[in-house]
Amino acid sequence: MKKVGNHTSFSRILFLCLTFVLTFSTGSFAQDVAKGKELFNANCAACHKLDANSTGPALRGMIDRHPTDWLHKWIKDSSGLIKSGDAAAVKLFNEWNKVPMNSFPNLSDEDIDNIIAYTSEPKPEPTKAVGAAGEAGQGSGGVSEMLVLGGLVLVLAMLVIMLVLVRRVLNKVANQNNLTVQETKSIPVWRAFVKNQFLVLTSVILLMLTGAYFAFGYMMQVGVDQNYEPIQPIHFSHKIHAGENGIDCKYCHSSARTSKTSGIPSMNVCMNCHKNITEFTGSADSTYVDYSKEFYTAEIQKIYDAVGWDPAKQAYTGVEKPVKWVRIHNLPDFVYFNHSQHVSVAGLECQTCHGPVESMEIMRQHSPLTMGWCIECHRETEVNVKDNEYYAKIHEELSKKYGVEKLTAAQLGGLECGKCHY
Amino acid sequence: MKSLYKIVALAAVSTLATSCFNKEKPNYQLFPNMYESVAYETYSESSAFKNGKEGQVPAQGSIPRGFKPEEYANTPEGLALAKANLRSPLDSITEGDMAKAKQLYTIYCAVCHGDAGDGKGNLVKREKFLGVPSYAERELTEGGIYHVVTHGLNAMGSHKNQLTQTERWMVTAYVLKLKSEL
Repeated sequence: MKKVGNHTSFSRILFLCLTFVLTFSTGSFAQDVAKGKELFNANCAACHKLDANSTGPALRGMIDRHPTDWLHKWIKDSSGLIKSGDAAAVKLFNEWNKVPMNSFPNLSDEDIDNIIAYTSEPKPEPTKAVGAAGEAGQGSGGVSEMLVLGGLVLVLAMLVIMLVLVRRVLNKVANQNNLTVQETKSIPVWRAFVKNQFLVLTSVILLMLTGAYFAFGYMMQVGVDQNYEPIQPIHFSHKIHAGENGIDCKYCHSSARTSKTSGIPSMNVCMNCHKNITEFTGSADSTYVDYSKEFYTAEIQKIYDAVGWDPAKQAYTGVEKPVKWVRIHNLPDFVYFNHSQHVSVAGLECQTCHGPVESMEIMRQHSPLTMGWCIECHRETEVNVKDNEYYAKIHEELSKKYGVEKLTAAQLGGLECGKCHY
Repeated sequence: MKSLYKIVALAAVSTLATSCFNKEKPNYQLFPNMYESVAYETYSESSAFKNGKEGQVPAQGSIPRGFKPEEYANTPEGLALAKANLRSPLDSITEGDMAKAKQLYTIYCAVCHGDAGDGKGNLVKREKFLGVPSYAERELTEGGIYHVVTHGLNAMGSHKNQLTQTERWMVTAYVLKLKSEL
């Protein structure tokens, strides 16, 4: 089933030969490339990528565009070169919106040669095996589950057919032997049941009780959106961002610190990182590849479409298409809830109410958000009153009144109706 | 045969009853007019404005109360000027402020710049962002740090809508503290 890359493909052999020849023909060359990569990542990668324009131009094959000694001069002191009126330097400066490049006088000639060697490496062929593995991983759990279920249904169907066949054969045998299946004349079960009044009474009571139980359960879940998991216009994976990459919730939901709503991050927050991260690469230790790399990269492209960003020109086009996110957590209008009170004042973790968001590929409502659920937490949560001089006296009096060491949110008035309903 | 029909009917009814639950749709509400706000809610749609959104950009040229417009423009020249001339308005940073600044730094900066400011945050370790310098390697002034946090620089984006001006100055102080410890 799994597609495996063609290991004996001609281009790969050619590539291997090339690396082999290069490694041995130029002695220290391979070493240079490794060193060059290190230097490139440390010094250049903030503004340059190998194959795509970033703050500065793509650097792969820069040796074909400029002579070596010019590159040396440029990297060591670019603004000096521009001031000296070098035509190529001035042209480059103007082409890139007159953003000056940092000068690197600390890089030796050898360092720069290493970097040039690294940028002169041919672009590696995309390995097909990795992509195929990603596709195979997609939805594999669902498929196997369906297979098991299908198998069970098949077995059941065969059992039923076999029973019918056996019955038919037995009837035939009975007919041939002139046997009649004895049918004792007895009163039907339902008539016997109706006659027994005690049984009728108890079963009616039992039926009413179970009916009430299910009716109550059904009515209690009206208006409760637990496990609501809508499809969003852009597939944003909290698992990748908050889980694997470990970005703090409040990086994007920054207004949770200071305002009533936690805030749907505006697209410029996405662009803080995705201006630089243009494609999904995953990583060796990834456990989150539920979809293919191409799928994720296409979702990043949706951000660019929404904010009107042209990655090739590294500029905004000005054509914006706002994203209509689907709201998941939504309290009724008659309840007041404030995020900053819980996040900044109480210092609660987001996960207390929103659940293990860092493991959710698709965001869903973890908690029921019912009043009983709020009250339960207010009753149990002990308030941190330390270092709160302003309220020290009132906290002390409340402690005395309730005769407790530690006050809960409920004892501070967290159960009063008017705190949330007004 | 009769019992078979009954079994099929029972299966059909139970699938009908359970298949109504759709996790992609919100549940229905008992009294929707008690649930849904008459007034506009945050991020709600509105036909009152041309772009159909409740959230509007402040009128051009208006300045929020307590807000000071940035003195230095978002240009390389602005950065050079800010580096040389801009000074923090915070007279002294108390220990409590420093603790808060550390929290803010951990939320907004550490994921790339690292908890110690050595340029080895989680995103750098995972090679999502490259070339994040250590604070030790750079000449930093408070004006320069503030300007970069506000407007961004190169691959780094602007953080002025996530942090208020005061918070940005607090983070600036914390970055200088980290640099002195590196």
